Amino acid sequence: MAVRNLAQALTDGHDDALAGDERVVVLGEDVGVNGGVFRVTDGLLDRYGPDRVIDTPVAESGIVGAAFGMAVAGMRPIAEIQFMGFSTPAYDQVINHVSRIRNRSRHRFTSPMVLRIPYGGGFGAAEHHSESWESIYAHVPGLKVVTPSTPYDAKGLLLAAVDDPDPVVFLEPIRLYRAVKEEVPEEPYRVEIGPVAVRRTGTDVTMLTWGSMTRECRAAAQILDERGISVELIDVRTLVPLDVETIVESVTKTGRAVIVHEAPRTAGYGGEIAAVIAERCLFSLLAPVRRVTGWDTVFPLKRSESLYLPSVDRIVDAVTTSMEDT
Amino acid sequence: MGTATPRRILQPDGSIDGAVSLGDDRIVELYEAMVISRQYDHKSVSLQRQGRLATYAPFEGQEAAQIGSIAALRPSDWLVATYRDAAAMWFHGYPMEALFLGRTGDERGGAPPDDVPILPPSITVGGHMIHAVGLSWAERLRGTDVVAMTMFGDGATSEGDFHEAMNFAAVYETPTVFVCQNNGYAISLPIERQTRSETIAVKAEAYGMPGVLVDGNDLLAVHDACVEAVARARAGEGPTLIEARTYRIGPHTTNDDPGRYRSSEEEATAAAADPIARVRAYLDQRGLWDDERQRRTEEHAGTLVDDAIAAAEHLPLPTAGEVFGSVFAEASPILVEQQEEAERWR
Repeated sequence: MAVRNLAQALTDGHDDALAGDERVVVLGEDVGVNGGVFRVTDGLLDRYGPDRVIDTPVAESGIVGAAFGMAVAGMRPIAEIQFMGFSTPAYDQVINHVSRIRNRSRHRFTSPMVLRIPYGGGFGAAEHHSESWESIYAHVPGLKVVTPSTPYDAKGLLLAAVDDPDPVVFLEPIRLYRAVKEEVPEEPYRVEIGPVAVRRTGTDVTMLTWGSMTRECRAAAQILDERGISVELIDVRTLVPLDVETIVESVTKTGRAVIVHEAPRTAGYGGEIAAVIAERCLFSLLAPVRRVTGWDTVFPLKRSESLYLPSVDRIVDAVTTSMEDT
Repeated sequence: MGTATPRRILQPDGSIDGAVSLGDDRIVELYEAMVISRQYDHKSVSLQRQGRLATYAPFEGQEAAQIGSIAALRPSDWLVATYRDAAAMWFHGYPMEALFLGRTGDERGGAPPDDVPILPPSITVGGHMIHAVGLSWAERLRGTDVVAMTMFGDGATSEGDFHEAMNFAAVYETPTVFVCQNNGYAISLPIERQTRSETIAVKAEAYGMPGVLVDGNDLLAVHDACVEAVARARAGEGPTLIEARTYRIGPHTTNDDPGRYRSSEEEATAAAADPIARVRAYLDQRGLWDDERQRRTEEHAGTLVDDAIAAAEHLPLPTAGEVFGSVFAEASPILVEQQEEAERWR
């Protein structure tokens, strides 16, 4: 075991993937010599050479399209997009090809690739560096969507994504890259794609979140606990396929649900989770489902960032209101 | 377009200018393939008119461009083409039945046999060329000598993805052969209004790869250019762009009315440059063909086409399981639930 932050755990995961499977290649802008803008691929070029750790021109559609071709030919590419705001030029490749070739060819051709996209804000970045568009990817049939919030999950989900027979959109919470550390096994291991992680068990309210917001939710749950409100905190580390069973079981038990995400509220993935709860355990609810989310605005620049991001206070307030609703 | 002269070996009257690299038997074989392709094309249009096929994109007039280029590949080489390239796909091993099946509106038509390396075309324009780059790049990284050919129209060269595919191929020296069938129109927009470049082939120069302009209605010139490009790719010398200048005799699709954007005089002139008639004239002059062989070939083509459409139409409708079961390797519980719901309402 070694203490690793989330970015380092991802580096280890890449290392294991490249060492363990010769079909794996890593490609993207500045992933080689520069080690990636977040240094996630640092050192890999030296170890595996330029045929396996490939610096590409600035061309997101080209990166994803070429990775798709490699995947169809039997390789296991890991393609990196630098920021979610830069992923839009590749939408055509992801939505029209990567997600569909299995269907279009009735399983004759598949594209088992990992599309890594750092996402989310809160670090005072320039425009296009802070977006949370997970629901766009979650809406596309044929894509799996995962987002780790711990170093352990980061490495384990990455290795599971590399092994997965289908394309996996791998969303990395930028704000947590260096903010969370824990002991991570040095040997390769997998975290199954699908199951949510119950980070804290509780009896009064189910709090559902993912990515960077897990940090605020953990803090809010602690404060609420001190006030006598018992929170069950669920980290929806796989958005697609959604672990409906665990979510419904938890909300049926607690009778309350508060969903927290950084993305804008309208058509955010929280709406999907709220609908699943309404369809499957409405009569167990003691209070309306509440959402604490980013606003339906463009993600603001540094000086207005705190206005946008859900805070611990907002989350605590939503849970408190949910308790009072009953 | 400009005044650049495409490479031409086979003249419109069937005479030859230059060397013929193909043997007589191979020319006869390719000619027969062109005749069969045209029957497939005509039959498809007629079946669409009867409501038996969905929208169809005819390739009449482009048979030399398609058969001439695809004939340069080995069976193990990749083909990533478009919805207008059924002749090339068929010649490279895609079963005619599967082609028809796809056009009846059935995804099972997208699954060629395991030993046929052809991606089923998507309907978006231009996104597929980079796939050939990725496929052939993978082959090079694995140390095989397999190459990938991608076919696209003049319209696709206006897409940004054309740039990214050409650039990646050149930068990484992937064994990719880009074959542009410049048929003169992006639906209604003539080539003169699509680009200010003298030719499409000349664009290759900016990427650092050879660009070759050939008469796309000349089976022999197209074939020679592609053989050269495939050999370069296989030898590790990188990609090539070939512009095969041809003409789409039919409409863009069965929903299109070319009378809105081109004159009947232009169409008549283009039809006179028919690539099949040109090979026939050559074969006649060489004493390699006669009316009886033509009759037998057409009869054979008719049987092939009829058998293929019958096989496609006799396949039972896809089950809900095939629809829901093809999204992922394994359907998620949510998909299984939705399938059950769909089946109740079918």
